Amino acid sequence: MALQVVTANRLGDGRVVFLADGYRWVEEIGLARVGETEEAATALLAIAEKAAADRIIVAPYLIGVSTDGDRITPTRYREVLRARGPSSHPEFGRPPSATAAAHR
Amino acid sequence: MYRYDDYDQTLVNERVEQFRDQVNRRVAGELSDDEFKPLRLTNGLYLQLHAYMLRIAVPYGTLSTLQLRKLAEIARRYDKGYGHFTTRQNLQFNWIRLEDTPDILAELATVEMHAIQTSGNCIRNVTADHFAGVAGDEIEDPRIYCEIIRQWSTFHPEFSFLPRKFKIAVTGSPHDRAAVKVHDIGLRMHRNEAGEIGFEVLVGGGQGRTPVIAKTIRPFLPKRHLLSYLEAILRIYNQLGRRDNLYKARIKILVDSVGADRFTQLVEEEWQQIRDGYLDLPAAEIERIRGFFAPPPYRTLDAHVPEYEGALRRDLRFARWVRTNVTPHKRRGYAIVTLSLKPTGGIPGDATDAQMDAIADLADRYGFGEVRVSHEQNLVLPDVAQADLYELWKQLETLELATPNIGLAGDIIACPGLDYCALANARSIPVAQQISRHFSDLTKLLDIGELKIKISGCINACGHHHVGHIGILGVDKHGSEFYQITLGGSADENASIGDIVGPSFGAAEVVDAVETIIDTYLHVRADGERFLDTYRRVGLKPFKEKLYAAH
Repeated sequence: MALQVVTANRLGDGRVVFLADGYRWVEEIGLARVGETEEAATALLAIAEKAAADRIIVAPYLIGVSTDGDRITPTRYREVLRARGPSSHPEFGRPPSATAAAHR
Repeated sequence: MYRYDDYDQTLVNERVEQFRDQVNRRVAGELSDDEFKPLRLTNGLYLQLHAYMLRIAVPYGTLSTLQLRKLAEIARRYDKGYGHFTTRQNLQFNWIRLEDTPDILAELATVEMHAIQTSGNCIRNVTADHFAGVAGDEIEDPRIYCEIIRQWSTFHPEFSFLPRKFKIAVTGSPHDRAAVKVHDIGLRMHRNEAGEIGFEVLVGGGQGRTPVIAKTIRPFLPKRHLLSYLEAILRIYNQLGRRDNLYKARIKILVDSVGADRFTQLVEEEWQQIRDGYLDLPAAEIERIRGFFAPPPYRTLDAHVPEYEGALRRDLRFARWVRTNVTPHKRRGYAIVTLSLKPTGGIPGDATDAQMDAIADLADRYGFGEVRVSHEQNLVLPDVAQADLYELWKQLETLELATPNIGLAGDIIACPGLDYCALANARSIPVAQQISRHFSDLTKLLDIGELKIKISGCINACGHHHVGHIGILGVDKHGSEFYQITLGGSADENASIGDIVGPSFGAAEVVDAVETIIDTYLHVRADGERFLDTYRRVGLKPFKEKLYAAH
């Protein structure tokens, strides 16, 4: 079964966020809650739609990911860029694992 | 340059407050995302990959130093300290917060700028030759007519919901630096047999997924009929352009489907109904607008400038920069200077807040307070005395704005691509950076000569790849980045659409492919022949053979 997480952009500043445990929206994909079945993913998206209605985020959608321990990596390159920030301005990017570790 | 009157200022101020109210209502939950999206887009605010992007209009590419300093201030205060100049002579900020946007627009309004009609299915910012008013070959300053079109098209009630976006470009010179043949409407100023100045009207050019060279529907239009004729074209398009299919909605598809002759006939019939009416441009109004673009107070200078000529002899690096980045000016003793926003390995079109401030200072010190934005993503100081060139060059060097590569292989156009753009399929900027690094040897660059490399991250072609001598188009193959290469495109008065060489190349192969193409050119070119001339002489075959020899 394909693993999926929910991503969106925050309404206020447009930043890329991921749905984590406890209905939180986080900038670090490593903290995202992974839907391991289609039903679980659909349930995550329903939570996100509620957050969109509550004006926390806009335009949520599911993305395919793979996991390796604590690491979560999007399947599509477009989503890798969204998760990390622009490759042409690495100084504006998010380190892939450092922040995840700091949150734990 | 043009200054707002009370109407302009009131209209822009009111628009800022209207948008402030819309943002407040969105945040308060009174507007849904679906309701709000068209409202933010009509104010130039996109939601891109990483954040909101604000596209600010730079009308016909002309900026005052006051405006440039304001853009620097916004970059510093509301963004990450830089802005990106686009292929439509606009400026984009990539890291804008929704809640800051009304304040940013209010700041812009204080320097007579806005983001109106930088998105949506309306008439967009009118673009022009970046050497307008100073080019030696110019017949008349196109910005006079761009400004007239801007006033006519701003909030034009009939044309606010066109089938699709609509782009107009104007050139006042025989040598087309404004790419008018790949615009929805291109206007080329020229003289008729009686010596009067008017417009050749070209319609239905464009890039995107269906690249087309515009067709001439009227060889000569007297100036006073400019607006009524444009109105007639827009009316036919508004009425007959397709609204059922996004990809077939541009005017080029309409012109192609009914045929240029029939389209011309429809426009002429419509025009007969509305000509000589309220849209007639009185000579006095043209003169009033012309007054805003009057030449600055040039000094009378000698043709011989000993300090300049001495510096050219003494300093080879300076001489090399002059050769590529300085263009003759219509006034004796003056020069047009192009500041390269393409440093080796840099991001085409990016300028930091500090660079913007410094450029504004230089434009005040060595010019008349004016800066131009080119559609090739460089900036221009239009009025520099030759005697000041050496001092200016030294300062531009310290600012990394003096890379001597204008018109050469390092002067690459690239759209933001997948690094920023929600529509893109592949990245453009890193490809431009790699090519720029690979061809950083100045001697080699000069040997290769004029070469326009243009890169788009998707078929929408914001990076003008169809009209690049070498065009590179990013495509997505099963989630990976690939690049399709075209050869022989051109955006000037002899415009052409590039030919696809063959199967696309992986991200790791694309620089080698460009090198193979350039090596092939160097091998087969005749004496003094530019890349494009060689391509037009020999065609795809030798390039194709080399590129796919190993496959």
